[in-house]
Order: sequence, then C-alpha cells, then structure tokens
Amino acid sequence: MLDHLTVVEPGMQSTVQDLGRFGLQRYGISAAGPIDPLSMRIANALVGNALDEAVVELTLSGGSYRVEAEHCRLAVAGADMPLTIDGARAESYRAHDLPRGSVVSIGFARKSMRAYLAVAGGFTIEPVLGSRSTHLRSHLGGLDGRALKAGDALPLRRPGIAGRPLTLREQNRPVFTGPVRVLLGPQDEAFTPAGIETFLSSVYTVTSKTDRMGCQLDGPPIEHRNGFNIISDGIVNGSIQVPGSGTPIVLLADRQSTGGYPKIATVVSADLARIGQARIGEPIRFEAVSEEEAARSAVAWNEVLERTIAMIEPVGLAELSTETLMSLNLIGGVVSAQAPSSDEGSSTEAPT
Amino acid sequence: MSYEPKFLSAGDRGLTVELGDSVNEATNAKVVALDNALSAQAIPGVVEMVPTYRSLLIMFDPLLISKEALRQRVLSCWPPDAAAASRYRRWTIPVLYGGEAGEDLEYVASVHGLSADEVVRLHAGAEYRVYMIGFAPGFAYLGGLPERIHTSRRLEPRMRTPASSISIGGEQAAVWPPIEIPSGWHLLGRTPVKTYDPLRREPFLLAAGDRVVFAPISAQEFTTLSAAADGGDPVATAEMVDA
Repeated sequence: MLDHLTVVEPGMQSTVQDLGRFGLQRYGISAAGPIDPLSMRIANALVGNALDEAVVELTLSGGSYRVEAEHCRLAVAGADMPLTIDGARAESYRAHDLPRGSVVSIGFARKSMRAYLAVAGGFTIEPVLGSRSTHLRSHLGGLDGRALKAGDALPLRRPGIAGRPLTLREQNRPVFTGPVRVLLGPQDEAFTPAGIETFLSSVYTVTSKTDRMGCQLDGPPIEHRNGFNIISDGIVNGSIQVPGSGTPIVLLADRQSTGGYPKIATVVSADLARIGQARIGEPIRFEAVSEEEAARSAVAWNEVLERTIAMIEPVGLAELSTETLMSLNLIGGVVSAQAPSSDEGSSTEAPT
Repeated sequence: MSYEPKFLSAGDRGLTVELGDSVNEATNAKVVALDNALSAQAIPGVVEMVPTYRSLLIMFDPLLISKEALRQRVLSCWPPDAAAASRYRRWTIPVLYGGEAGEDLEYVASVHGLSADEVVRLHAGAEYRVYMIGFAPGFAYLGGLPERIHTSRRLEPRMRTPASSISIGGEQAAVWPPIEIPSGWHLLGRTPVKTYDPLRREPFLLAAGDRVVFAPISAQEFTTLSAAADGGDPVATAEMVDA
C-alpha cells in the first residue's frame, strides 16, 4: 500500500476540505470548503504547505490516525482538541514529525467546534469538479463524498520532513470577540422595524441543529412584514434566513444553493468562522455595520491572516525530540539554515 | 417596460441584482442576458454568479473588486439585451410516466377530472423554460406547465422521493437530479437522464434559459436508456433553436 494515514477512529465528523469548489453554485452546488478558513490556513502553514492544500476538518472530536509511511509531519490547528501522540500529550499549533506506526489521537474539543489536521505535502486525493472539498449534501469530493470512517486510508503525497518543525505560539493566535457583524439585506424589507430590532438586540443561542450546511439559532422570533415566502434566489455563505418560525438560520459552506425564505442579513466574511465554531448553547449577538465597515472588515481579516502566518516560527531547539534531531541531521545542513528568526520573542504585533 | 436594477446587499462578498418583481419569462430572459454579458467580461474579482427566477447573485472577492465598482459594471451593461439570448438550447427529456415511476399521476388526473393519458399528453405537449437550477445539484425549476394541470403541493412532503423524478408543484414543473430528495411535489414519472453526473464529461446538462420538452417512453426503453446513462451517455438530446 502507498504511504498513507490510516483512519483508526474518525471522530464525530471529519471531512477532507480545500478552499472550496467555486463556479458551480449556478448548477446547484455551493462551494463547501473550511468552516474556519483561517485555522485551516494556519494548519497548512505549520507543515510548510501552500495555504490552499487539502486538510481534514475535524468536528468536536478529532479521532485517531496511524502513520503508514517512513515519516509524516503533521499539525492540528483550530478548536482546542487535546492531542496525544502514542499516548503522550502533544501540542496543537505545532508541527510534529512522526515515524511509521505512530498514532495521533485528537480528543473532544474543550472550546469551539472545528479543528484542522494538515500533513506536509498534502493528501493524494483526486479533485472532483475542480476541488478536493467534501460536499456532504451533494455526496461530492473528499473520500467518496462522505465523512471519514474507520479503516479509511488518506494517501500522503510527499510524506517526509524537512527543516525544523514550525509553531504558532499562543499569544500570536488570533482571538475574535464581540458581536457578530452583519450587513442587513438582501431581504431586510421583508421584516417589520420591530422584527429588525428584535434581531439586532436579542441574544440568540446555537441549537443542536448546527452542521456544515447551517446553524439554527434559538431566541426571540423575528417578525415578518408579510408572510415568509420570497421568489427563490441565490444564497451566500453567511446568509441569515428566517423561516416561518421566526428564528434565524445562518447558512454555511454546504448550504443549499438557492432558497425561498427571506434573508434578513449576511454575516460579514471576517466573522463567519465564529458562527461555525460556536458550540451548542453558545450565545450569539448580531451587530449591523455599514457597507464601508463591512468592506474594511474583509481587508482587516486578510491582514490578520497574513500577520498570523508571518508569526509562524521554528520551534526552539530545546523542544525538539531526539527523533527529529536525528532526522534533521540525516538531511544535513538544515539545522543551521533554519536559525531562529530575528523577531523571535517579539509579540508586539499580536492580532486582536 | 423597463425596470431599473435593484441592488440588494448579500454581505461583503455578495451583490444581488433584481431585474423584476415576479416570475415571468421576460424577466428571467433578462437575468440570463445579464449573466451572459457579465460572464463575457470575465471581471477580475468576480468569483461566481447564480442566476435565479428574477435576480442574479454575484459573489466577489472584496480584495480584488469593490461592491461599488461591481455596481458600475452591472450598470454599464444595462439594460440587458434579452434579445441576444433568443438563441437557446432545447432539450428532449425521455420520461417513463405513471406506475411506480410516477406514483402521483393517477392522483393528479383525478384532481382535475382527467385521465392519466390526458395528463401525460398535457405535460409532454408543452415546452418549458428552465428558470433556474437550484436547491440540489442539477435540480431544474421549469416554467410553462399547462394551467389545466396546475396542482397544489402535497400537504405532507415526502422525506424521500425517487431519484430523477419528473414532478409538478403548484404552477411549476421540475426535473430531479439523480439524488433522492425530500419534496412535497407530485411525481408524474421518472427519466433515465442524469441532469447531474460528476463523472461524466459534461457533469451538468441543463442551465437557466434552456428549454425542455418531454418525450414519453416505455418501461423497456427506460431500462435501455438507464443502462446507457450509467455508462456516461447523456441520453438527452439538445438542439439549438432561434426564437
């Protein structure tokens, strides 16, 4: 068998995701892709991949995976899921070099919902209709269009390790707080002023009906002006539709492509991951922003991304296992070429 | 009658352009024309567009193009030239009507005081317009159902309906993709055609603005065509028509 990771236990819902499959929503297929695109990119950067490489998105509990290759460099970023390697505690947000037979186990998230498992070199998975992303609703992409199950093999494209493993220290990881920002529309006119007021002033909580398609919220019902049917139109990632019940649903990566319920607002893309990362029972407040503020938030998000990726650094020599040092010496010359960067230790640019 | 574009906000990465306030062929033709005109410009930063009954959703990358610049691009090709889209594809979709393939055919006939054959003649005798593809991959919403067989939806939707069903709901008709989906529409028949097959060279057959006609087939033809469709043959034919 080719080099691969064996899925020993798949976790609650683990799917292969790259940045998504674009251009097919006109044929009924939304883009899919990571629910938390920032964490997904961080996981890739930690193992030296291009940021758009396919990873495994883990939900609530990550499962366990066995290395069936000479070496595999691997990292997990996103929700705080306890990590063990062959039973010993290990850190997230750090690349680990694993020899053949190692088992990495990713436990139940202490905070947030989704984490991302990346391997150096990525997975050899054929793109379907232009992407490796799993679209569960359409049974498309990833491994046979479905979530991982025990016994699956995730083929490794270029297993191996090169250079010192990378880490993103805790103080450099972005934290997002405050109300979730939205732009009103496209159908805010379908609601009474009181309904809009309810939406913007209430605390909503995440229900158990939350998945990659959308997040059903619970809270005070939002009043429609005149029924709750519109002529069906296209739905974006972050559209907040309000069906007859009056409680909002935030539609996410695997959403239906079109729909006939009015959409009161759209979550700005910078805050979208916070919806998908929110746990059952977690409170959500919405705040309306202007078009200008929304446009600025997209630029700011991109700056946070770039800054965060730039703060990924080689782990200190003291932290390296003998195993890794030996492999580095085998490669030769790499240790000296990867001396700590000059700004190591500085955290003045920590994103907010 | 002209209609000014109505711009609706669909977030920092989405702009919805409404071209009319009701479901009708002329409005949908403008949607298709605007979609074509903007697609032809290949505007940097436009990620994808979704044409629907009376609006066009434009998804874009705000780091590459501003919403205001996008609005200007839309206005620069206003009014959309619906006449330019008068050349269209007409698909002939084979259908096995009634029986297990279309378990609501008798019901629909009885509601309207018609025989099952008359319902088939009416349904297969019309030319339909694909207003949009939505809800599920390759699910085609059709306009043009003869008024005589407009039928209110079922009170209780079915949680699963057979893949590739041919159905009607209210004044609409539809071609199902080869996927079992929940629905409250009435099932008249099934087609061997897969409107969506990710492994076929042409994964999607139907698009907004196409026309569709249905051709009744026998159970034996259904079996033969289904086998061909499983092998990647579209088994539906399209001809170009000048309106």
